[in-house]
Amino acid sequence: MKYIDEFRKREPFNALLSKIKSLPLQTISLMEVCGTHTVSISKSGIRSLLPPNIRLISGPGCPVCVTSLEDVDRVIMLAAEGKTHSTYIIATFGDMMRVPGSHSSLLKEKAKGADIRVVYSPVDALTLARENSDKEVIFFAVGFETTSPTFAATILQAKREGVDNFSIISNNKLIPPAMEALLNDENITIDGFICPGHVSAIIGTTPYQKIANHYHKGCVISGFEPLDIIFSIYLLMHQKSSGTAKVEIEYSRVVRQEGNPKALKTLNQVYELSDAQWRGLGIIPKSGLVLKDEFALYDAAKKFDLPKPEVSEPKGCRCDQVLKGMISPKECPLFATHCTPAEPVGACMVSSEGTCAAYYKYER
Amino acid sequence: MEERILLAHGNGGILTSQLIENCFLPYFQDPLLKQLNDQAIFELEVHRIAFTTDSFVVDPLFFPGGDIGKLAVCGTVNDLAVGGATPLYLSIGFIIEENFPIEELKKISSSISIAAKEAQVRIVTADTKVVEKGACDKLFINTSGIGLVKKEVDFSGHNAREDDKILLSGDIGDHGIAILSSRKGIEFETSIKSDCAPLNLLVNDLLPSAHYIHVMRDLTRGGLATILNEIAMQSEIGITIYEDRIPLKEEVRGMCELLGLDPLYLANEGKLVAFVHPDGAEEVLSLMKKNPLGGNARIIGEVMRKPSEKVTMETHVGGSRLIEMLVGEDLPRIC
Repeated sequence: MKYIDEFRKREPFNALLSKIKSLPLQTISLMEVCGTHTVSISKSGIRSLLPPNIRLISGPGCPVCVTSLEDVDRVIMLAAEGKTHSTYIIATFGDMMRVPGSHSSLLKEKAKGADIRVVYSPVDALTLARENSDKEVIFFAVGFETTSPTFAATILQAKREGVDNFSIISNNKLIPPAMEALLNDENITIDGFICPGHVSAIIGTTPYQKIANHYHKGCVISGFEPLDIIFSIYLLMHQKSSGTAKVEIEYSRVVRQEGNPKALKTLNQVYELSDAQWRGLGIIPKSGLVLKDEFALYDAAKKFDLPKPEVSEPKGCRCDQVLKGMISPKECPLFATHCTPAEPVGACMVSSEGTCAAYYKYER
Repeated sequence: MEERILLAHGNGGILTSQLIENCFLPYFQDPLLKQLNDQAIFELEVHRIAFTTDSFVVDPLFFPGGDIGKLAVCGTVNDLAVGGATPLYLSIGFIIEENFPIEELKKISSSISIAAKEAQVRIVTADTKVVEKGACDKLFINTSGIGLVKKEVDFSGHNAREDDKILLSGDIGDHGIAILSSRKGIEFETSIKSDCAPLNLLVNDLLPSAHYIHVMRDLTRGGLATILNEIAMQSEIGITIYEDRIPLKEEVRGMCELLGLDPLYLANEGKLVAFVHPDGAEEVLSLMKKNPLGGNARIIGEVMRKPSEKVTMETHVGGSRLIEMLVGEDLPRIC
């Protein structure tokens, strides 16, 4: 398979590994921000091949995992209300279904009779709205810069077509502000970032410049195959040993310096910045996206009186520290005992891109 | 107007007789079945008897490379075959949803008959029930089967031993991708057909080397990963497999990449694994390769003493990772 096989070959991988080992020995903590990277590292067994001085820590780049418990509870309550009123349909991505809220989950509410539909894209949710004109379709929107432009495009399409029974609960978030928040936390040591390839395909290199220039941490935008990742690790180590910090693109077959101007234009047309609550990281200024006033018709928060849940965090769950890279999943006492993919306690065990799920599946 | 199944087709009266006469007897030509007794009576030269049952609820009923009828025959034949048994007799039970098109039932009966001929088994007894609309989805089939096992054959999930070589009879994941590609709501175009096939003739070819074979299992739901984990637990041994030795069609790999699936967990309906004493591994492999159903057979790994009850894989780049049993949702109703 072209563009995949070349990046899974053992010989070039081993060559890069030797180059890494030949660099001056230094202890280094690199954060892979994106959940897809976490899965790829676990799945290809990269951690088992790295020398012990290189520590890979997983970041907050799984949109399901960083959705705050309050936001999860809100949608669960809304779904439960919908069951009695049957006036709306909740649409969501599949992974969101099993995320435990304070008292229930969307999956449990669906079993009790709430109308909740799993969709693969926002466009499918809009189709659902067209097909059910007597009901409001409310999309539980989660996602980073990669997904948000498709939400924006869907809102624009709904407006063009005059579909008025479609709205979203926006939990869309931005990655670079979260990276900055982690660097501002003095309890966390990060020497460089393996930056998310697909987020960067949209935003380009500019948003990372501050991290390189102001915080002096290397940023390498990486692809997702084993060779991409090992090469990115090499580039970051090379930066550190030569005393530089810059933004580099390893994933040059996909990512351009300027990103994707068309997607960014669509995004900015529909969304504006807001502060956002992240699970584990708290409120991060200007890290969220909300719909501009002119799209209020599609903003469930403005259209309806959304429930205000009282949150109770699950006892013993250390998702917050996992999401900040402060502990590895194996250091959580619930990991693989009380918290498993079949019976998850925290969101990190639910999502297919969750750090705990990846460790459970590939590295236990 | 298109003929449909009515509830009365299942009431044991005149319509039931007509249904049997039109939809089943023309296809199931067995002299024992034709007697239409409540049971089939036959004699066996008794060695040891293997007996198994399986139910089929696949959705959709027709998929690239097969249908529920072919699956119902192959599924039970394969469960017998991997015990080293020579399958002989099958029973078949239909649970039909009212309003099911009679034409489709005939098509399925025909493919049952063709599959039984291919597998050289006889369908000697059968049953039909019709249920109200909504009480089942279109058509469910149950088959049971018996086969004879030679004295010297002893295949069991408990028999894997340290240093055994693990043989896989061919490409994995075809059935899973074929079903997925025809599922409503996810349809996509692919040339991949289900690998649904009776494995008993392949197994029969391996029997001359049966003394080397410790374990044999067909790969079905949960895929290669799940079966290997089951064997590791049953035999209390560890298993290592090598990613670059696992045969897989390019198109299946491509679909897995696109859809985020792991081929190790995809369903199969015509593949088996055998755990073979290292001295006999090459011999069994060459016997496998001579049969068209084992043409792409490979040695994919071996049994280790430790870590016990775990399956690990050496990845393309040389890393090591755990292979878990199927976690979370598989695609439901795959067989």
